[in-house]
Amino acid sequence: MSNSFVSHAKGRYFWAALAFVVVAVIIYGWHDPKQPPNGGTWYGYTLGTIGALMILWLLYLGKRKRNFANGWGTTKGWVSAHIYFGTALLIIGTLHTGFQFGWNIHTLAYVLMCLVIFSGFFGLYAYIVYPGSRNRLKSSQTLDDIFAQLEELDLLVKKIVGKISADNQSLVTSAINRTEFGGNVLDQLVARDRSKVMLNGTLVDNRDQAVVVSQLVERLTLATGDEAQQLTTLVKEYSGRQRLLRIIRRDIRLNAIQEIWLMFHIPMSFGLLAALAAHIVSVFIYW
Amino acid sequence: MEVNLYEIAVIGAGPGGLSAAARCAELDIPHVLLESSPKIANTIQKYQKGKHVMDEPGILPLRSPVGFVAGKREEILSVWEDGLTHHKVKVEYGAEAKSISGQKGDFTIGLVSGKEVKAKHIILGIGLQGNPRQLGVPGDQADFIQYQLDDPDEYSGESIAVVGAGDAAIENAIALSKNNKVCIINRKDEFARAKEGNLNLILAAIESGAVQGFYSSSPTAVEVLEGEEFRGNLVLSTDVGEEKIPVHRVIGRLGAIPPRKLVESFGIEFPNKDMSAIPALTSEYESNVPGIYVIGALGGYPLIKQAMNQGYEAVAYILGHDVKPADHGLIEDKFKVLPYTEDVDHILKLMQERIPIFSSVNALLFRELILDSNVHVKQAGDVVFAKDDYSSSFYTVLEGEIKTIINADLTILSGVGAFTGEGSLISGRRRSATVIAGENCILIETPRRTMNKLIASIDMVKRVLDETFIVRQIQTKFAPNTPIAELEPIASKAVINLYAPNEVIMQEGGEGDTFHLIRKGSVTVSNNVDDVDVIRTYLPAGADIGEMALLGDTVRSATITATVKTETVSIDKQAFELLLSRSPGLREALQAKTRSRHQQNINIAGGDGADGLLSFLMDQGLGEATNALVIDENNCVGCDLCEQACAATHDGTSRLDRKAGPTHAHIHVPTSCRHCEDPHCMKDCPPNAIQRMGAGGEVVIGDTCIGCGNCEQNCPYGVIKMSYKSKAPANFWQWMLFGIGLRPGKGAVASGGENEIKKAVKCDMCIDQSTGPACVRSCPTGAAMRLSPEQFTNLIG
Ligand SMILES: Cc1cc2nc3c(=O)[nH]c(=O)nc-3n(C[C@H](O)[C@H](O)[C@H](O)COP(=O)(O)OP(=O)(O)OC[C@H]3O[C@@H](n4cnc5c(N)ncnc54)[C@H](O)[C@@H]3O)c2cc1C
Ligand code: HEM
Ligand code: SF4
Ligand code: SF4
Ligand code: SF4
Repeated sequence: MSNSFVSHAKGRYFWAALAFVVVAVIIYGWHDPKQPPNGGTWYGYTLGTIGALMILWLLYLGKRKRNFANGWGTTKGWVSAHIYFGTALLIIGTLHTGFQFGWNIHTLAYVLMCLVIFSGFFGLYAYIVYPGSRNRLKSSQTLDDIFAQLEELDLLVKKIVGKISADNQSLVTSAINRTEFGGNVLDQLVARDRSKVMLNGTLVDNRDQAVVVSQLVERLTLATGDEAQQLTTLVKEYSGRQRLLRIIRRDIRLNAIQEIWLMFHIPMSFGLLAALAAHIVSVFIYW
Repeated sequence: MEVNLYEIAVIGAGPGGLSAAARCAELDIPHVLLESSPKIANTIQKYQKGKHVMDEPGILPLRSPVGFVAGKREEILSVWEDGLTHHKVKVEYGAEAKSISGQKGDFTIGLVSGKEVKAKHIILGIGLQGNPRQLGVPGDQADFIQYQLDDPDEYSGESIAVVGAGDAAIENAIALSKNNKVCIINRKDEFARAKEGNLNLILAAIESGAVQGFYSSSPTAVEVLEGEEFRGNLVLSTDVGEEKIPVHRVIGRLGAIPPRKLVESFGIEFPNKDMSAIPALTSEYESNVPGIYVIGALGGYPLIKQAMNQGYEAVAYILGHDVKPADHGLIEDKFKVLPYTEDVDHILKLMQERIPIFSSVNALLFRELILDSNVHVKQAGDVVFAKDDYSSSFYTVLEGEIKTIINADLTILSGVGAFTGEGSLISGRRRSATVIAGENCILIETPRRTMNKLIASIDMVKRVLDETFIVRQIQTKFAPNTPIAELEPIASKAVINLYAPNEVIMQEGGEGDTFHLIRKGSVTVSNNVDDVDVIRTYLPAGADIGEMALLGDTVRSATITATVKTETVSIDKQAFELLLSRSPGLREALQAKTRSRHQQNINIAGGDGADGLLSFLMDQGLGEATNALVIDENNCVGCDLCEQACAATHDGTSRLDRKAGPTHAHIHVPTSCRHCEDPHCMKDCPPNAIQRMGAGGEVVIGDTCIGCGNCEQNCPYGVIKMSYKSKAPANFWQWMLFGIGLRPGKGAVASGGENEIKKAVKCDMCIDQSTGPACVRSCPTGAAMRLSPEQFTNLIG
């Protein structure tokens, strides 16, 4: 974690954001408008202006991270500042409202801002936790490595099963051919397993390869001699295959979660930008 | 029998040889051109089809009766063929020279065919490619045996045996297996010499049955079959006995026999055993055997235009004509800054007279050295190089003086004839002192590669550099305030030791009273714990080891092992006692250092995964890295910004492959240049396009690359790609708002424009980016890091 964006430059932006929030809160407590605190007081305007500028700046990360050739500082530093000042915005924005909410465009902008920020919290969590757990899950290999292993294992299993009876062969081959992973985003998120297998002429559900494994085990108990020997190796290799499939599915799931939040974070950021514009325009019109 | 005595016999019809022969023909001199292969310019014939051949160095004028401009391989070859016909050059093909006897005025060249050719003078231009190694078994002259494969698609439906286990054999076997029945015959039980990619390909092909693999098998005979379906049998001796393979064709890919032995058998001497040494020649290309002239790649000039010019010039020298070498103008330009009125040849002579280290260099080699070098007229106070710079050129003082700043109190003055920069030249590491120019200072700056060539060719240069290196190293490390003269007796007792990778330098528990300074390469320090070697730390060049022995403790406390080819300077106890007596305070300083080293070992041993990680990094060859890309998988979110950043800043091709490469625990070493201390890629680049430069010692490929692919082959880490430049830079706003154009960071192109070639590309450490490595700067989480070896231990714990 020593080199991560969370602790970038010894937590420089954490401390800066914290100081900024503390000062803002103190002024909030100290200032004494002639009316209940809201966006219309001098301090409300100040916070509003700062908040709007912060939102623009937070949005700018989307551009900054693609400035490959030049640009101030490192992307890591920018992300570090983004998460801490993004969090600070929650307080600044809230103080700006003066805790006055209603069913109007102003509160809509506020709610959208909170949603963006909360999705950011989730993203922060995902960025910190998932890479490490995915790496451990795959024992420091890449997903491509695991797919390559699976391919090899499939060949091996097919070779072994080729020497055994035809019905075993069709069982295993159909299970391999009808193994599925991935699918749409939702399938990925819940690690849905649509794998099937051809059993006695009908297609049946083969989630987690459970049906095949239990079929093979059953046949093994009935087998004798050479066949028993071969079925034993087959079961061993096939359960290895089952293990690889579990890893693949889990990794795809974690990857989906690790990326899905950005699909909220970014569009909602743009929604926020629109609502913010409307909010500002309406304030000036009804002033 | 009437024997023709030619004035000049030219051996080898490469660019050098054919240019020489054409010049003879033009001047109506009785001549013959002997070529071992059936066509001219075998080396160029072997380039890939349609290759765009470059005419580097562009500034050098061409001097030859036959033409040569950059263009397609086929066009160039046909221009040469036409040139030979036009000038009525007498060429003999299939004429491989195997011996030379006699002397100037009466040489006899013996050919493999048994024929003899007589000539007064010989021009030798046989290049460096050598002739292919033959099968060397009975029947190997059969006409279905070949040693080259131009176009695998020419053959189909044949049964073909490929003999060999290197990259060429594998590539041929795989390409042929598409339309033929192919087997590959490997003398060993594995494909140890092949590149990783080829290894995987051939193993997969053998596994799937596309290619039949014979291991531990060697051909013992070839049987010719007449009037049968197959043209012959290849007889193999295998582990399980004799085996006969019926074949239509046998392709031998057993490598080439380097021409050195042959050349030596002609009586031509090489200065030493170093395989890269070139024969000693006069400035007129004449070898130690009067009357035999050596030109082209064999003489150390690895480019086509240079070879052609030399062919022309050699003929002139033989005839006693006075011609200035074609590079004369280039040197003249270089010397324009000098305040001398003499001509080039005089200045060259003056340089050799004034600078002792160059005095024993032969005139031709020195000329070449100056062509690669630059002369600088410095103002007093100008910095030549600064301490910790990563530059590696070598400087000699032609005029005035230089000042070497060892520390705040000590500055050493050196005058005309002195040299500096040998430390980084030898170690490939940072500069150990700052050097500034004194009054009236004129310096010659010679690049590292050129100096290395010189060191390989001339023993005296190596010896002088070594001696100076040792004494200066001892001075900077231990006795900054002791004058060099007083240290010389100590230095003269020092010994230079060479270690192979994984060789043990010191054994834990062993006795020993010598002390080593690592001057090149790197080592690991390990302890034996429960019968396993636990690596404690890694030490790069510049570090010292075994100093405890000198302070009285003669039992080694750790095992020191070379990670790569390593050189150390060792000093024994006696000599060191002398040193201790001459430098007050040294004993205390060493004791303090020992203490902190113990402490550091304890800290590292306490960190988790220390041993495994360091061994892993060393296994990845990072022992010879000066800067390597490492990704912390605990932080990497797989966003690919690193690759996009690299592509966006480097003509559309990413120079790092994030996913490739192994991972240990959470440390991943992606495929990307490590900027080796002694870069393998630099070894054999004809236009010398690969250079170390900049403050980080980055290994950079320049624009003069001719796309030969040598470096791609030579880099053991597979980080060099051959690729085209992309033209359209991506625009963020256009892409974002209108979906027009490429996404930033995308843009590799599959094909180039007319006359564009694939050039070698690899990580250049973003030397053109003012802000440093784009990959690291674009990583949003801090997972991507570029580390120097000293920082590896930071990854632990
Ligand atoms: C892949 C590749 C790409 C390159 N691209 C370029 C480029 O674009 N531009 C450039 O300038 N340089 C390029 N080079 C370098 C260039 O090919 C050489 O510098 C040049 O060929 C050297 O010419 P030469 O005449 O010294 O020797 P060679 O060209 O090697 O010719 C030697 C000839 O001698 C013959 N021979 C050998 N032994 C005997 C014998 N015993 N008896 C009789 N004949 C013999 C050989 O068959 C051969 O024909 C490239 C090199 C490689 C490997
Ligand atoms: C209103 C407030 C915010 C806005 C408008 C905003 C906007 C954005 C934008 C535009 C991006 C760039 C996405 C892309 O182009 O790939 C981004 C990325 C990100 N944001 Fe926010 N954000 C806000 C608050 C936060 C907060 C509070 C956090 C966390 C505590 C956060 C965490 C992140 C992270 C981790 C990324 C990914 C960085 C990367 O991969 O480069 N954001 N945000
Ligand atoms: S290209 Fe390869 S050999 Fe050259 S410096 Fe980089 S890693 Fe080393
Ligand atoms: S391909 Fe590599 S070795 Fe060949 S000229 Fe280019 S940089 Fe040099
Ligand atoms: S340092 Fe620059 S050139 Fe090298 S891999 Fe990173 S981005 Fe590419």
